[in-house]
Amino acid sequence: MSIQKNIISASPHVHSGKASKTVMYDVVIALIPAFLVSMYVFGIPALITTSVAVISCLFFEYGIQRFIMKTKTSITDGSALITGLLLAFNLPSSIPLWMIVVGSLVAIGVAKLSFGGLGFNIFNPAIVGRVFLLVSFPVQMTSWPSATPGAFPLSDAVSGATPLGIVKEGLMYGETMTALASKIPSNIDLFLGVTGGSLGEMSVLALLLGGVYLLIRKVISWHIPVAMLGSMALFSGAFWLYDPTMYASPMFHVLAGGAVLGAFFMATDMVTSPMTTKAMLVFAAMIGIITMVIRMFGVYPEGVSFAILIMNAFVPLLNKMLKPKRFGAKITAKFV
Amino acid sequence: MLKTFPKGGVHPPENKITATKSIQRLPVPKTVHVPVAQHIGAPAQIIVERKEKVVIGQVIAKSGGFVSSNIHSPVAGVVTKIDKIIDSSGYKKDCIVIRVDVKDESNFVDEVFPIKHTIEQSSEEIVKIIADYGIVGLGGATFPLHVKLALKPDQNIDCLLINGVECEPYLTADHRLMLEKTEEIVIGIKILLKAFGIHKAIIGIENNKKDAIIALQKICKNEPDIQIAALKVKYPQGGEKQLIRAILGREVPVGGLPLNVGVVVHNVGTVFAVYDAVQNNRPLTERVVTVTGKSLETSGNFWVKIGTPISDLIAAVGALPEDTRKIINGGPMMGKAIKNTNIPVTKGTSGILLIAEKEASRKEVQNCIRCATCVAVCPMGLEPNLLMSLTEKTMFEQAVSEDIMTCIECGSCSYVCPSNRPILDQIRLGKTVVKKLDLLKN
Repeated sequence: MSIQKNIISASPHVHSGKASKTVMYDVVIALIPAFLVSMYVFGIPALITTSVAVISCLFFEYGIQRFIMKTKTSITDGSALITGLLLAFNLPSSIPLWMIVVGSLVAIGVAKLSFGGLGFNIFNPAIVGRVFLLVSFPVQMTSWPSATPGAFPLSDAVSGATPLGIVKEGLMYGETMTALASKIPSNIDLFLGVTGGSLGEMSVLALLLGGVYLLIRKVISWHIPVAMLGSMALFSGAFWLYDPTMYASPMFHVLAGGAVLGAFFMATDMVTSPMTTKAMLVFAAMIGIITMVIRMFGVYPEGVSFAILIMNAFVPLLNKMLKPKRFGAKITAKFV
Repeated sequence: MLKTFPKGGVHPPENKITATKSIQRLPVPKTVHVPVAQHIGAPAQIIVERKEKVVIGQVIAKSGGFVSSNIHSPVAGVVTKIDKIIDSSGYKKDCIVIRVDVKDESNFVDEVFPIKHTIEQSSEEIVKIIADYGIVGLGGATFPLHVKLALKPDQNIDCLLINGVECEPYLTADHRLMLEKTEEIVIGIKILLKAFGIHKAIIGIENNKKDAIIALQKICKNEPDIQIAALKVKYPQGGEKQLIRAILGREVPVGGLPLNVGVVVHNVGTVFAVYDAVQNNRPLTERVVTVTGKSLETSGNFWVKIGTPISDLIAAVGALPEDTRKIINGGPMMGKAIKNTNIPVTKGTSGILLIAEKEASRKEVQNCIRCATCVAVCPMGLEPNLLMSLTEKTMFEQAVSEDIMTCIECGSCSYVCPSNRPILDQIRLGKTVVKKLDLLKN
């Protein structure tokens, strides 16, 4: 007795059913609440910015793979979609559309495909795109439309600075935190997300919703978000305790800017983050510290993007240095 | 809190379809093919000739070395051929073909033995019986048991672990055995304790077999030497290193044996075989095999004579379902896919699993997205993705320094990989090459 076309393969003969695609689309789902908030706050321009970023990322992924690399295209795997979404989330909604296209080309073409495509890139593509735009077009990248929650404007309103920008500039000109307190949004406003800034970094609440979803779906583990936000709070907290008039509170630093977006969605990018839990903790803690150094002592008001890119470069080293403990490498219990 | 091992592991769907099916006796086949290499170590040496008459329990192949085991005739009949047959490894192996004598009643009587509590034999006698009667580890590794019992003077053990975990999905042979031969297993444990001269045994059972835990607890109430440990359901807890870590918190050192931490692990099936050999004078010629699969209308657990073709087992549960695309000897995580159903049941066959078309083939391999799930689930604390790529790049020396040889081949990495990468396939290849290279060096 023999069966037709029977399959011989090595064990295991079953699979969990988890697919890269599911992982990717889980991330997309997790980004929806933050996207809805950006629509609520910035109106139609938010939708346009996001659409242009997503479409151009998919376009470049397909075009480059099809006509330059001449390989099978992978636009359906969801990774280019995520890059587009995250790139848009890191842009002001008032940015000229052609700049978004340029940013997408750098993200997909340079940061991702030139390294070999999904899984081979060293740096987070969306952040590379964003930083490229930031250093090339500093004016457009730092003109923030004012938030007009619920008004659904068709175009952008007058521009205003981000809370981090206000603090940076104020402190630079010798103002104290006490004086600046009235100019920056309250922690509650920061948490709910009705402040100026990039598209996706608006509402901490919405980002946390997505983050919790990713945690529940086991797409990410708690290590990177907790270590990154924790180290930011500790680092800024130390200075704040030393002189609360000269340094913003740790709560402000964690809630403002791209900290939460970075901690849950950018630093956790599987491809560009470490593989062992020990390395993840060091990686994320260092991102937190570098972010705070840039925010407090650097030229830029915000440093999450730079911090993540810098630490992306250390990932291979961290993976090598901080290995998981091998079973039996050390005898845990003594033989009685 | 249920005990378990701390690092890694997965929890595939249990699919213990046959958990409530009591063990039936499979009809004796017309002919049996008894391979002489059913255990780890040297194959046994054939001592019968063509046309020779054999009786049940007669030694037909003698242990071929220190690490080897006797093979006994499972039936009464006539040796028709000394042949070669493809076994589940896929290679042709020597085997003894015996035609069953249909007139010999001993083939068909289902003897019921009264339970015998007193252990009369001395420790040395027990070891001798186990060696003579061809008892090997029935959990899958088929390591000759008498070798495990022969401790050197500097080797001390303080605890005997009994493996009733059965962490492989689908398989229920050990589960049923614990329910139906509870008392025999407990006596078997006492026999082994006597052989080792120690006074502590712990039976580890996963918590999805509550009935077996309760049954054993009831009998062990008055056995101060035997404890039951209920374990959290997690694969690969049946691996001896994981089991020792789960129950005793001891970690077998890299490259070491359970002996290094004062433990010896035996499967419940083995323990029953020990009971049968010592108390009933019966060599190992049959075992319990689970026959299961989602497409099967009926499925079950069977007492099967060694050498019975797998086709007989499938016939016992009806015909081979139309949609079958894979036949597995063993469980879905570590079992071997076999080519045809002429392959005989051996001492190491714990189950036959039929997998339907839907689950039989692997999905398309994609790029590694460095999600690190394989690192998280590896129970040995290895980096499967790294070992795979080192093998692909033929960097075997680095693979060795990344501890490729400590891989227990549980398959958790391949099971979880969202990109369907053949991680374990590559690691196995790497291990094989490393072994070959080592041989060249010596």
